[in-house]
Amino acid sequence: MNSGRRQFIGRGGAMLAGLAIAPGMLLYDLAHGRPASGAVRWGMLIDTSRCESGCDDCVKACNKENGLSGGTGPADVQWIRKLELKDSRTGRGVSLPMMCQHCEEPPCVDVCPTAASFKRADGIVLVDRHLCIGCRYCMMACPYKARSFVHEPVHDQKPDVPRGKGTVESCTLCVQRVDRGETTACAEACAKAGHKAILFGNLNDPGSEISRRIKAVASTQIRADLGLNPGLHYEGL
Amino acid sequence: MKLILALVFLASGVAFADVSVPQLDIGKGGHCVDDPKFMRLNHGDLLKHQRTITVHQGIRGKYSLAACVDCHASRKNNSVIGTDRNFCQGCHVYAAVKLDCFECHSSRPTTVGMTEGGK
Amino acid sequence: MDLLQARRDTRIFYLLVGLGALVVAAGLVAAHYMEEYGHIVTGMNNQIVWGMPHVFAIFMIVAASGVLNVASIGSVFGKPPYKTRAPLSGLLSIALLAGGLSVLMLDLGRPERIIVAATHFNPTSVFAWNVFLYSGLFAFVGIYLWTMMEKRMNPWSRPAGLLVFVWRIILTTGTGMIFALLVARQAYGTAILPPMFIVMSFAWGLAVFYIVQAAMYGWNEMELNPAILKRLKNLLGLFILSVIYLVAVYHVTNFARHAAFERFILAEGGIYPMLFWGGYVFLGSVLPLFLIYFPRLGGKHHVLVASMLVISGSFCLLYVLIIGGQAFPLSIFPGYEARSSFGDGQIGSYAPSLPEILLGCGGLGVSFLITTIGVRALNFMPRDENTQAGD
Repeated sequence: MNSGRRQFIGRGGAMLAGLAIAPGMLLYDLAHGRPASGAVRWGMLIDTSRCESGCDDCVKACNKENGLSGGTGPADVQWIRKLELKDSRTGRGVSLPMMCQHCEEPPCVDVCPTAASFKRADGIVLVDRHLCIGCRYCMMACPYKARSFVHEPVHDQKPDVPRGKGTVESCTLCVQRVDRGETTACAEACAKAGHKAILFGNLNDPGSEISRRIKAVASTQIRADLGLNPGLHYEGL
Repeated sequence: MKLILALVFLASGVAFADVSVPQLDIGKGGHCVDDPKFMRLNHGDLLKHQRTITVHQGIRGKYSLAACVDCHASRKNNSVIGTDRNFCQGCHVYAAVKLDCFECHSSRPTTVGMTEGGK
Repeated sequence: MDLLQARRDTRIFYLLVGLGALVVAAGLVAAHYMEEYGHIVTGMNNQIVWGMPHVFAIFMIVAASGVLNVASIGSVFGKPPYKTRAPLSGLLSIALLAGGLSVLMLDLGRPERIIVAATHFNPTSVFAWNVFLYSGLFAFVGIYLWTMMEKRMNPWSRPAGLLVFVWRIILTTGTGMIFALLVARQAYGTAILPPMFIVMSFAWGLAVFYIVQAAMYGWNEMELNPAILKRLKNLLGLFILSVIYLVAVYHVTNFARHAAFERFILAEGGIYPMLFWGGYVFLGSVLPLFLIYFPRLGGKHHVLVASMLVISGSFCLLYVLIIGGQAFPLSIFPGYEARSSFGDGQIGSYAPSLPEILLGCGGLGVSFLITTIGVRALNFMPRDENTQAGD
């Protein structure tokens, strides 16, 4: 029994040493998934002229995909919301979806004391909820009001979207779908509704539809004055 | 803690076979992603390592918690927690190790029993 | 002191400790309740993400730094009347910091994970710097107290005092920086906040110090040397005026950048202008100045009331700055009127709930307990027999 125990501990130790030497780079890991690449920068181009006022299919799809309640009280979690804007001078109305802008220089990442807020190599800004202590400083720092704090215990989470009370969360750009090579739930829903206002793609690939479109038509980033270089671009603002 | 756990398991299997070891409902079971003895000892570290590379690098590897749940959720309550016979809870209660994965992670398998809307 | 007197003192001491412990217990129960049910039981929400606990905590943390002013004037600038007060000032600093940090910690969404703040450190985060600055202050003030209270260490008290002086200025800068770096918010994101916090710390810290000193003198039936009273009250008056000056500059300059926000906070925002003008300006500044400077006023009781008013005013000012600052909608689309399900374009609503207020009071209770036990167990009594007030 003693030798058996030693063997287990020894093997476990060897494995752990292997894990410690090359975190994330073990062969079996690579066989099962590729790390997010810095050659990619995920982003979106939102054509506000195609976004229909009053339509919230993207919001519903997001809630369904990520297991959010869909409540709209002041303490409820909202990853994406529909904004109805009115130009104060001309009165022109604009409708658009608003969510985490996946900045290149995200203020939430700068201020997070535990580095729980982070940016993946492919530009997706996320919260590592294992590290988040719930201080909410990121919510104070975000210029887009993109983040929500989970004010209540959560039940029946989606298996690939873990979430829990006492941590901060926001749009993940449907990272679980992106890692499977799919598009985001909101973009899919918008296309399904026939609007095609949300174009998701790789900003770093000059041949991608999003890159070609951004090159061809005028688009803006929200609060571009802050110099955060968001991954989300808007047309028709 | 690892050592104590190891001792508990080995002792329960060999030296103190008459002690009431947890009667676990292993669900669907089948071939584990690794040697079960190795998993018993190291699943905590493996999951922690996996979680870090999954969250930060998007590498969704073989030691995924969701995969554990998929195979080991009880067919009775469709979960790995809930009763002291459920796969995760049974052992953690026996070993007196706090289990807090499932405050945030789903304790139900991906394929069945998915509820929509959450909360 | 006769035996009866000593017995009575002991009884009162235990009564005070009991009271303090009760308040702390209430705070802990409140924190547990918040952790159990989540922040839904507080008035905080996704628009007002920091609420009452932060008002209490920031008051205590800012005052913890300011209360050291007395020690600094003594040790760094060598003024004897302040030197004899330095130990008490150090004790109060530790007490206030402990209270403030307790509140801040217990308000976290995941207070049980506080250790993560030590194991995972983000060098770009002001919060993370502050973890260093706060723990450093505990350590350095501890050393400083040791150099003052242990005779053999006395020669080191001047360098220790200098270290504490520099450290606390950096610390309060760090506290102000939490807000100063929030460039996207109309209320914050200005370089005037750190100096404003430093000057606020001077006033609030001195007010706390005066109240505690008055209580200790009252307990021991001692009279404060009038010359020293005069010094302290003039200093308090000067600090109050300096705060007014910086607050005025802050609002005037901010008006140029964010007129709509300033109109909200100073005129149209309901509770916020009321607390600003009535609470901070009138009760917290004008009235104390009157009590300090008006001819025939300025006695020890007047200064005591003035100190209490300064503290009340500070809570009003922080409420306006922290909660009022978040209540006004972010300007995400300048030039547009915005409407959404997430409070865009709307004033955020906030009603403090009992648990969060109890949590804040619990922090004050922690400070009170540490102070009460500290002054009972060790000799923190400021004694002026051997010093010349005119020094």
